[in-house]
Amino acid sequence: MNSIRALIVDDSSVMRKIVERSLRQAGVEMTEVFQAGNGAEALSVLQDTAVDLILCDINMPVMDGLEFVKQLSGVANAKGVPVVMITTEGSEAHVVQAISCGARGYIRKPFTAEQVKEHVIPVLAGKS
Amino acid sequence: MKSMSELLAADGSHENWLPLLEVATREVFELMLGCQLTVPETAQEVNRDVTSMVGLAGQLCGVLRVCCDNKAAALMTSRMLNVPLDKVGSDVADALGEICNMVAGNFKNKITGLGDGCMLSPPTVVTGSDYDLHSLAVSPALEVRLLFEGLPVIIALEIHS
Repeated sequence: MNSIRALIVDDSSVMRKIVERSLRQAGVEMTEVFQAGNGAEALSVLQDTAVDLILCDINMPVMDGLEFVKQLSGVANAKGVPVVMITTEGSEAHVVQAISCGARGYIRKPFTAEQVKEHVIPVLAGKS
Repeated sequence: MKSMSELLAADGSHENWLPLLEVATREVFELMLGCQLTVPETAQEVNRDVTSMVGLAGQLCGVLRVCCDNKAAALMTSRMLNVPLDKVGSDVADALGEICNMVAGNFKNKITGLGDGCMLSPPTVVTGSDYDLHSLAVSPALEVRLLFEGLPVIIALEIHS
């Protein structure tokens, strides 16, 4: 797998660091990691930056993860970029809602690096 | 996974939720901090230096709290971020808020129907122990006391309705 540029969106800076570490532990090589504290900040990052993968929380202030994913269709730098949700909201309804909004994967917190690998690698390989 | 009604005790109390609260907590510490919580052999006094809280609203209304002393809070942050204890700095409140958030989310996801019907608030973290918490709880809090690296931690769920 080539080295990628990732965008991690979570209102917790601690969680952003953990997600980044988990991605590296999962064997995902990243040349650059961009961070945003909510959906609106993430959209702003994507105005100037192209990425290969987005990992996104759902419950965030200003703009939540589901609204962010919906708005990605209008962002040139996000065309075809896979989004994986990482959230405490683990119900079936939330998963269905996230997928219908355009997410390609869903990881429930708490999680392990192995679970990140299971969900992210197939998405990056275009198998999910 | 059991439904809310199955898990209510005959007297309508929520005592039967205690094991789920404990399992939900243990899973968060095992997966995110890489450590096993233990049960204290004797009741230990807890210095509530740090209290993180997450509100629940919807089918279940209440507040979930995680309380511990400063040393335990710093150690949890260190384990979570995989950084030395003297490097945790200002991340302690964020880390404790996330732990509380994950325990609350994991707990509600273990009860059928509650995952969809119960929303979580963003975490709030109080530092300092000189405060009183006035709750609208209809019954005493469900409380789990565990040891994290030998340091006491309280996980309490106050149910409003």
